[in-house]
Amino acid sequence: MPVTPTPVIEARALTKRFGDLVAVDGIDFQVAPGEAFGLLGPNGAGKSTTMRMIGAVSQRTSGELRVLGLNPDTEGPAIRARLGVVPQEDNLDMELSVHENLVVYGRYFGIPRAECHRRADELLAFAQLEEKARTKTDDLSGGMKRRLTIARALVNEPRVLMLDEPTTGLDPQARHVLWDRLFRLKERGTTLVLTTHYMDEAEQLCDRLVVVDHGRIMAEGSPAELIRQYSSREVVELRFGSGRNAEVEPVLDPVADRIEVLPDRVLCYTDDGEMLLERVVGLGLEPVTSLVRRSSLEDVFLRLTGRSLVE
Amino acid sequence: MTTSTTAAARRGRAPWSGQLAGLWSGNAGAVLGRNLRSARSATWLIVVTGFFEPVFYLLAMGIGLGRFIGDVQTSTGATVSYAAFIAPALLAVSAMNGAVYDSTWNVFFKMHFGKLYDAMLATSLGPLDVALGEISYALLRGALYAGGFLTVMAAMGLTTSWAALLALPAAVLVAFGFASLGMAITSYMKTFQQMDWINFVMLPMFLFSATFYPVTVYPGPVQGLVKALPLWHGVELIRGLTTGGMTGALWGHVAYYAVMIALGVTFTTRRLRTMFLE
Amino acid sequence: MTATTTTPDDVAAWRDEARAAAAPTRRWGSFYVAEYRIRSMRAYGWTIVVGSVGQPLLYLLGLGVGLAAFIKAPIAAGPSGSVGYTQFVAPALLASAAVGVAMEEFTYVIMEGFRWRKTFWAINATSVTPRQTCNGIVLAVAARMLVTGAAYYGIAVAFSAIGRPVAALAMPLVGILGGLAFGLPVMAFAARMKDDRGQFSIIQRFVFTPLFLFSGTFYPLSSLPWGLQWIGWVSPVWHASELGRALSFGTGAGGWPWWTHLLVLLAMIAGGGALAWRSFVRRLAS
Repeated sequence: MPVTPTPVIEARALTKRFGDLVAVDGIDFQVAPGEAFGLLGPNGAGKSTTMRMIGAVSQRTSGELRVLGLNPDTEGPAIRARLGVVPQEDNLDMELSVHENLVVYGRYFGIPRAECHRRADELLAFAQLEEKARTKTDDLSGGMKRRLTIARALVNEPRVLMLDEPTTGLDPQARHVLWDRLFRLKERGTTLVLTTHYMDEAEQLCDRLVVVDHGRIMAEGSPAELIRQYSSREVVELRFGSGRNAEVEPVLDPVADRIEVLPDRVLCYTDDGEMLLERVVGLGLEPVTSLVRRSSLEDVFLRLTGRSLVE
Repeated sequence: MTTSTTAAARRGRAPWSGQLAGLWSGNAGAVLGRNLRSARSATWLIVVTGFFEPVFYLLAMGIGLGRFIGDVQTSTGATVSYAAFIAPALLAVSAMNGAVYDSTWNVFFKMHFGKLYDAMLATSLGPLDVALGEISYALLRGALYAGGFLTVMAAMGLTTSWAALLALPAAVLVAFGFASLGMAITSYMKTFQQMDWINFVMLPMFLFSATFYPVTVYPGPVQGLVKALPLWHGVELIRGLTTGGMTGALWGHVAYYAVMIALGVTFTTRRLRTMFLE
Repeated sequence: MTATTTTPDDVAAWRDEARAAAAPTRRWGSFYVAEYRIRSMRAYGWTIVVGSVGQPLLYLLGLGVGLAAFIKAPIAAGPSGSVGYTQFVAPALLASAAVGVAMEEFTYVIMEGFRWRKTFWAINATSVTPRQTCNGIVLAVAARMLVTGAAYYGIAVAFSAIGRPVAALAMPLVGILGGLAFGLPVMAFAARMKDDRGQFSIIQRFVFTPLFLFSGTFYPLSSLPWGLQWIGWVSPVWHASELGRALSFGTGAGGWPWWTHLLVLLAMIAGGGALAWRSFVRRLAS
């Protein structure tokens, strides 16, 4: 009999309505301690609303929600005392210095001033911002601001770190620096809950994730499981020029396990991409470009919703 | 689309060489047009409300306080009611406030937050076009308020001379003086806090420039100081016109503003050159 | 997944830990926010200091001493006869200064916290509650009003503009009451605003300025026409001015008893405070 740890977050039939709009439509999930859990979905899928309900700053319309065993309706302050929140948009205090931002934030949790200073120094080292300690926050680069927001969310030594779109808007290099920092947190045993609409981010960081669309959970599992379950091993991307992509569909259909025709390309799902490509050429079709790649979460999403994740 | 080539093309060469080269494309009208468009769409209500402030002051101080003060003698020897005494001063103050607001806060926001000037200067517009466009917008607004306020004054019987009609161009002159200088000073401002210092200069001018009572209450040296400040000249100029005290001193006040405008525009142009072109 | 054993000890431990961690903020959260707001005010600390000292100096000189020279008839009376003009205006100028602080701190600062810099959302993600955020901001503004009021009091005493300096020591507190009575409803409004389309300019021109001018600031309210006197009755500036005058030189014949002004101010603060709380809770927890 396996010992399943008690979930730090548990949602059942969790629902949030804004007037007629159903932002979150009865979702169920659990997050285990030490796990990196992701909510993957396009903009407007209800990810941020879910995060706000977990963070006890937005009341659910119906359903059950327990965070660290507490009811967010009645024990918001206690929940938030043990949560770190990295919002989608940085809301640092631009007029204060980098160091001051951390100290001021620590004070909201009632952490004694001297302890705030000690933690601020430690967190600046962690966020690789030691040299910027006295800099006015407004003068930091986008990636640095993001790292400072994460450092700030850690000032109360939270059990759970919530990250809403942690790397949206950052350049590739800054994203990798950030992922590295988050990976370290994971190694230390911090529970991570993150939303993203980037497949690569979900694959890099998440042990387990749910795919959300229109406020509903479409699938759940580890990235590898999801790919195995909802996609083939490999994908061949063919481009025939915008006019012909739809025309070739009937010809390609028998060759692949499954076909998706997108406006700019055709995706052929198969277990052996090279072989499929040979057969396509054998059929006398001449794609303008072709690419064989491994299946990704993007393909999973496409399969589940019929839409592309990033429009 | 025809305006994009405008004056410069018609002349077949850059409109100005030497000192003004690159600063001016002769198209300040485009900047003015943009401001009028923005005033028309969202902020017209706020633009209109600016008219009420001096009227409230006139009612509260002129009528309310006037009961306790009675008649006052102007510097030109005319004896007028207290309301008729402060009304021209309020007109000068509102010309100053409007011009300073438009040329400082407004310009500051556009410079640092709206990034509007960066966009404008990426076109064929030069910094002087921007400066003149902004200043003429401020003057247009100032003229509108002044016209409205003069009408109120006339309706309340506070204008004792046909020369009061000249108070309209006089108010515009006062506004021009403050706007040109205000813009030059704003170009040095970096933060909101520095902008607050402008208020610290405006408040004493407002309170002491013969606005609410003649300067004769002050000891000699203080009178000298007050008379060196621009608002006093504006108040005296407009008061002379609305109360019929037409003396040669009026030309002195006009000259004061002529010098102020010349200095302000030169200064602003120089600053814009260093800020955007060097 | 069906055969699971949970470990209830964990949950109980987490709960206790979380509740313990939230305890200091539950108690002191409002003060933590006030501490932060005061720290932010240091960015414009010089403006506050220069304004707090400069404004009373200029107004008392310009409108007190200067204008007083032209006022022929005594303008107002206390219980023991007529009062000098500077004495008459000083309490009203102090109250107006506090209301001016409210106009500054409860408008753009609120908009900045919710919309432009979003710092209130950052606070809201901690164990601080929306009401505590609201309280903290109000506490910090009250502290600033106290500085302004105390400077006004000191300078007014130096101008001999205070009849009974010891009783009038409470005048800065009256200033805070007036400032909050005006400011809390404004704050409640600002906390609901999504965009700045000039609403604050409208408040400034059609509420703040008329209240400053028509609240018996420069002459007794009773000398205004009947149609305008109601402005004073609903005006925090008038009630705070009259209360300040009662402290400085006493209430003259025909004046409202001092405690009526105090009651009106407290009622306005209670009403405005309730509205402000509602706005903050609605915006930050919905």
